[in-house]
This record gives sequence, C-alpha cells and structure tokens, in this order.
Amino acid sequence: MTLRADVPLIFERSTPGRRGYRLPELDVPETPLEELIPQEYLRTEPPALPEVSELEVVRHYTQLSRRNHGVDVGFYPLGSCTMKYNPRVHEDLVSLPGLSAIHPYQPEETVQGALELIYNLSEHLAAIAGLAKTSLQPAAGAHGELSGLMVIKAYHNHRGEGHRTEMLVPDSAHGTNPASCAMVGYKVVEVPSNERGGVDVEALKKLVGPNTAGLMLTNPNTLGLFDENICQIAQIVHEAGGLLYYDGANANAIMGVVRPGDTGFDVVHFNLHKTFSTPHGGGGPGAGPIVVSEKLAPFLPGPVVQKDGDQFRLVMPEHSVGRVRSFYGNFLVYAKAYAYILSHGPQGLREVSATAVLNANYVMNKLKDVFELPYERICMHEFVLSGSHLKKYGVRTLDLAKRLSDYGFHAPTVYFPLIVDEAIMIEPTETEAKSTLDEFIEVMRQIAEEAKENPEMLTSAPHNTPVKRVDEARAARHPVLRWKPEASGEQ
Amino acid sequence: MRYLPLTKDEQQEMLASLGLEKIEDLFQDIPAEAMFQGDLDVPGPLSEAELVRHFRELAGKNKDATQLVSFLGAGAYDHLIPSIIKHIVGRGEFLTAYTPYQPEITQGVLQSIFEYQTMICELTGMEASNASMYDGASALAEACLMACAATKRELVILPATLHPEWQAVVRTYLENQDVSIVFMPQHAETGTVDLDRLADLPWAEAACVVVQQPNFFGLLEDVAALKARIHEAKGLLVMAVDPISLSLLKSPGELGADIVVGDGQSLGQAMGYGGPAFGFFATTDKLIRRMPGRVVGETVDAEGKRAFVLTLQTREQHIRREKATSNICSNQALNALAATIYLSVLGKQGFRDVGYQCLQKASYMKQRLLEIPGLSSPFSAPTFREFAVRGQVDWVEINKRLLDHGFLGGLPLARFGHPDLVLFSVTEARTKQEIDDFVSTLRGLIQ
Repeated sequence: MTLRADVPLIFERSTPGRRGYRLPELDVPETPLEELIPQEYLRTEPPALPEVSELEVVRHYTQLSRRNHGVDVGFYPLGSCTMKYNPRVHEDLVSLPGLSAIHPYQPEETVQGALELIYNLSEHLAAIAGLAKTSLQPAAGAHGELSGLMVIKAYHNHRGEGHRTEMLVPDSAHGTNPASCAMVGYKVVEVPSNERGGVDVEALKKLVGPNTAGLMLTNPNTLGLFDENICQIAQIVHEAGGLLYYDGANANAIMGVVRPGDTGFDVVHFNLHKTFSTPHGGGGPGAGPIVVSEKLAPFLPGPVVQKDGDQFRLVMPEHSVGRVRSFYGNFLVYAKAYAYILSHGPQGLREVSATAVLNANYVMNKLKDVFELPYERICMHEFVLSGSHLKKYGVRTLDLAKRLSDYGFHAPTVYFPLIVDEAIMIEPTETEAKSTLDEFIEVMRQIAEEAKENPEMLTSAPHNTPVKRVDEARAARHPVLRWKPEASGEQ
Repeated sequence: MRYLPLTKDEQQEMLASLGLEKIEDLFQDIPAEAMFQGDLDVPGPLSEAELVRHFRELAGKNKDATQLVSFLGAGAYDHLIPSIIKHIVGRGEFLTAYTPYQPEITQGVLQSIFEYQTMICELTGMEASNASMYDGASALAEACLMACAATKRELVILPATLHPEWQAVVRTYLENQDVSIVFMPQHAETGTVDLDRLADLPWAEAACVVVQQPNFFGLLEDVAALKARIHEAKGLLVMAVDPISLSLLKSPGELGADIVVGDGQSLGQAMGYGGPAFGFFATTDKLIRRMPGRVVGETVDAEGKRAFVLTLQTREQHIRREKATSNICSNQALNALAATIYLSVLGKQGFRDVGYQCLQKASYMKQRLLEIPGLSSPFSAPTFREFAVRGQVDWVEINKRLLDHGFLGGLPLARFGHPDLVLFSVTEARTKQEIDDFVSTLRGLIQ
C-alpha cells in the first residue's frame, strides 16, 4: 500500500469473534462469578475493544509507524528538544529481566543492582551539574521543574521565609516555567531580555526584593545564547535571598564546559530524554531528575538511594517535600541515561557538547544571509532565525515548516521563543554528519528561494506527506476525541 | 566517539567556515569564571561490550520475576505481556519521535493516541481521555486539582483505603496549592470506606471525593453512597481504578464518576522497578477544557481526508503559561502505545479473560491460604486480584525464607501501619501448581 492511503482505525478492522493473543486455560477450580462479586458491581457490556488477529495488529501498527517521522527516519532539528541519536544497545540493556522484571516492593537485598544503578547515576548527574545530591523521581522536565520549585518553597518555609512567593522568569522562558510556578502557588514576575538576548541585569536588580523566591533560568537560553552575565545574575538573586533554578532543557550545550552549580545555580533539572539520549517515544516517557546543592538536599523528593558500606538502601530525605509520583521514577528510562554517560566518559561528554555547538554554528552561519538572525552572536547548541521577511511574499514560518516535510526533514521548533517574530529554532545536535547538515542548509536555502518565486508551493505545503495540511482549528472547534461505532460510516 | 560522526578534517573545515581555529573558540561568550576546568568526575568511556558486561553485572545482582514466583502487587503487577508489544514499540518511527507537533508527518503517533483515548473511554465509560499522565498517583493528584478548579473549592475528601503512596503524592501536590485534605475512615470489618461515618465530613466544601476501586487492600468499594453524597453537594466524584478490573466491573462512567484516573502498568507494561508505565485520565465532555495534558482530536486535511492532531491546546502551558490547566507536557506516550497494542491483541474476549482469570486465581489462593491455621481474612468486602491476610507472624522474616524457596511473597503491610497484615496479588500469570506450591511452603514456614 502507499503511504497516502488512509489507515483505518484498529476498531474499524474488527470482526466479531476474532481473537489475537490467548491465555493459557484456566487451571484452578472456578467459583461462579456472582459468588465472588455482587451482581450490582458487575458490568453488563464488556468494553468494545477491537477483535483482531495478531497479524492484523502487527500490520496495523507497522502501517501507522510508516506514517511517522523519528530520528531513525531522518533529520529532526526541533529546537530545545535535542533530537539526537538514541543508541539501540540501550534498549537491549533495559530489557535484561534483572532490570525490567523487578518489582518496586521487592526486599532491598534482592534489588541491590538496581539501587546501585540509581546511586551511581545520581552521583554522575551531580558531577555534571556541579552540585551535591540528586532525586531521580521526576518523570519529565516539567515534573522536574515542579519538584525543584517545591524544594525551593520548602527551603524558604523551613527558614521561616514563607513570604517569598515571587519567582522571576525571563520573557524568553519555556512555557513550562510559569506553568510550574503556578502549580506551587508562586507568582510569576517576568524579566525582560536585553539587546543581546540575555537577562536584562538592570531590570533584574529592580525586580528582586524581599519576596523573591528565586529565578528560573535556561542557560544557554531559548535563543541558544549563553548568558554572559550569569555570575552577576546569580549574585543579584542570592543577595536578595532568592535561589537559582536551572532549566536543563538546553544542557546539551554545556556538558563538561560549564557546571551550573559553579555559576551559582542551586537547583538543576536535566531532561534525560534530551541531553542524555533516552528516546522520546512520541511524547514520553522521559525523565527529569533534579540535582541540588548540599543545603537543599534534605528537601529533595524521595525516596533516594543511600550507600551504607557496600549496601544500598532507599531513604526519604530528612525534610523531603514528599513523593511526587509512586515508586522511584522512570527507572528503565534513566537506566539508559546511565548507559549513555558510561559510554561517553568525561571527555566524550565534553566532545558531545562541543560538537553540538559546532554543528549549530555551522548551520547558522550558512543560513544567516537568507534568513534574519535577530541576535548575531556565536550560538550554543541551537539558534533562532526569524522568518518575518517572508511575510512580504505571503509566506509564514509555519509554511516553511510544512514545506520542510516534503524534503524529508522534520521542522524546527517554530513560533518559539515568543520574543522573536516568526521564530525558527534550529537544533541540529552532535550526532548528525556534516553531509546531513549540508543537505539541510541546501534545502532551507532552496525553500527561501521558493518563497520568493513560488510562494504557493509553501502555503499549500506539504505535498508529499501521508496527509496534506491538517485543519487544526476544526479539531479544536468541534472536539472529536474518541472513535464511536456509529460515526464509522462517514468515512 | 562512537556516536559523533564528524571527522577531524570536517571539524577543521567547519571551524574555518566560521573563521575560528579551534573548538574552544566556540565558547568565547562564556566568561572565564564560569568555565569548568578539568574532567567531569564520571567513569568511562566504555565500549559496547564493556557496557553490556557492566549492565549484566548490575542486573545479575537483582532477583527478578523470571527467577522467582511473585505474589507482589500493590500498584505493580506481574501480568503476561504479549511478545508483539516490544517489537512494535521498538520501531524507530515510534521510539525516536518527539511529541507530534507536525501532524502531517506524525499521523502514526497521533492515530495511535486517538485509538488509545478511545480504549480508555471504553474501559472507563467516560466521554474523553487525554493522551496519558506520568503515573496513576500523579494523575490522581492532577484530578484533585482539576476538581478544585472546576468547583472553585479548596478541599478534597480522600479515602483512608487509598494506596498510601498515592495519598503521599496527592498530599505533595495539594499542599503546594494550599488545598486541604480530609480523610474518610476505613470500616474495621468490611475494610472499605466506612459509610456509617460520612455525615460528619465537610461535603459542602469538598471539590471532590476520591474512591479507589479496588482499594489498596484489594477490596471493592461501594461507590453509590459516595456518589450520592458528593453530587448532592455539587462536588465531583473522582475514581482511581485498576484497569484490569474494568474487564468485569461496572464502569466508573456508569457509576456517575466525573473524573477517572488509574495506573496503566498492568496493561502490557514491564514492572521495571516501578517505571515507566503510565497514568490514564478520563472525564466527561463537560469538563474536557479543564483536563490536563495532551489530547488528540480527529479532523481533516486540506483534501478532506481524515487526520488527527493535538488539540484543545489553549489549555496548555506553551500557550497559557501560568494560566495553564497543568504544567505537564511530555507524558508517557510510548507506554500508552504499548497499552493500545495490548488491548488490541487481547481484544474484547481476551481482556475479559485476563480479569476473569485474575479473579478466579486470586480467589482460589485466598481460600487455600485461609485453610492454614493461624491465618485469617481481616476484611469482609469482596476482592478482585489482591487480598490481605492476617497472621501473627513476622511477614518480613517469612518473606526472606520464602525467597530461599524461589517465592516473592506478599507485601507486608507493617510499613503502612498494619503489623499483622500481608497483601497478596495473584495474576493470570500464576499457575495452579505455583499457587499450591506456595501455599504448602508457607504452611510449612508458619507451623
């Protein structure tokens, strides 16, 4: 079949009575159902799950997979998402039954290997962050932010400074930063950027005060620029009694180059599904561990792993903010990050960051004559162009993004950060070969040319994808969030 | 390095194109006092072979469910996992994709999420589901916050019979937003929520009442009375459910639930020392715009062909920032995909068979265990896949000795304040032989 053909829903492939997987025969003596569960608790209609054969299931999802772009399929320069290669051996490692088939409530003496892994990874992340202690509990970056902010709040409360409820957030920040603040009841105070794309230090001085809980900062920031004033910024916030939170979404730029702890950060979260190469899986599972300084360690979400002699055990930190999810975080995800660190070693990690930065600068330099570059500086692992000059041809950044799909590339992150008009945020990552970067550069230049010569080619893009441009407005206006049998005749 | 393709020549050529000489020149914007000198204190580099050896060593220090016969549950279960799941979720197109922001080239993930949402609606009897949450416990915490936002109230009523770790997670989330928690006590005899002691609870101030079905002790709660109370007071009914039990039990939708959450580990996910699995989150049409997380909707493309897309995004952080319904963005999409494949290949009948076998096997084992002198049933309410047993023995010590016989015993509830109780879980993966062997071994150890 061709990729353009509609793939029916799995429900639409259903044939009454067809079976896929079968269980072994029930081998215990049966008790009538009604004697075990009161009749009024029982459902009369089983859930309308599909009735399909195993092969039908395999074909269905294989067909769906062919309608999906991933790093394995092609270049994926989605800014701030760090779509690097995900080593396949990691999938083998976490399939070992000694890791995948262990129960979270097993006695600690039967899971010493798992606890050792957690302990080691916690130590390594602390070393990379330049801080003291790690909690691997958070399941994603935003969950790490939430947990880190809880730690900051608990610290202030513990010191009798519960009035500190203002969190400073730059105008270039990820949307999760203010959203996470709201979830701990913090008031967001927006900090403007200066003309070089960094934090406006003079404005910051005026915004800090006795109610400052801290500052959340991504460094390099969402423009891909390293904030040159970081040490001064840290000093201003600390002198006001606040703490510094490091959003690690962009940590792929700094491994072995800058340790956030050395520049004054008190809390760091890492997105292991970005910097440390655990696969994104179409939107998770990720892992968003937080690393904190010694003084904040007693407040970490738990449990965490402690080493006593040669034994490892789970403990709750003394003044822990509590649990942020059940059990011990996304264990099989962060185990892959552990493998990633071991494969690279100290020099390798530095080389990862250096190469990510080189690739980004190389691409930026080859595109800045055909696209606007709002901040002309050496960038870090990513950079932001503006497509605003295309407007005069009736073309928007969105159209460029769609057109890239026709060439087999995933689009960059678009319309973010909000402070750049028609933003195009490009993050090549270090695992791409120069030839791939050159192809991308060539295509971007060609599309810029098309925008002038044949703008309709962009505004009606994409042309070569499994579906044409998707009507997003209609989906939001008339939400259809599930399949219903009676609607199936419409197709 | 293994995953870095640039050759030295290419690197030089690229640097030269930037007018730079060496790689360090790229870091000229970083002030000297911020630069890290020296090597990070991490081990490596390891070759693939060395890495595999190291992981085998670590894994070898653990005892796993392929070596032991497990009766542990309490939130993570040793169910059968059809082989095809790992093969499909291992496909690079799914595994190595980001959140489907560009719908034209991510229809695969989008359609699978749409199918997932439909299946969750079928299981729960609800009208809408999101694309998944981190886990069941955090999904419940978000459900409580959503109930507060929807009712403009700042108090929730939790059952004392809720999983203690879920209680802890809900507490963490809620106390950061100054939401109060009031507990419904457990009935000493039934082991479920004490319906005789509901009158004193602050219903009029409650955003929601939470019921866990089955509860932490494996017991089936009587939802009707709680539903009547909370709806009379214009609050919401939030149910935290075990998805396997929904193969047999009346759906929460039918019981009048407003929000339904649960943990999806039992739907084809590895136990993985507790993660990753996923949380599910479903609600009514009326409340969809208050739902946290990603949602996929059906629409059409420019040629009128059916297509799928992330929708209702005005609820979300990248648009609403501090006014978003939640900060969640990345969720557990690949785990949700695994559950979708699980429910597809099990199908209508197979899924019911799983629930039925769990019930029958657990019931059989419960009867057999209660034949052992000294053991008794602490509660009278009906059970599904898990049940507690009372016995004046040191269950932690008993479990150590069971390990020597190749068994992972039940969960001693002493750590949760019930010193005489142990909680057993029996899934369809256990055989009669395993159950019989376990019972006779335990009998020998206790007597």
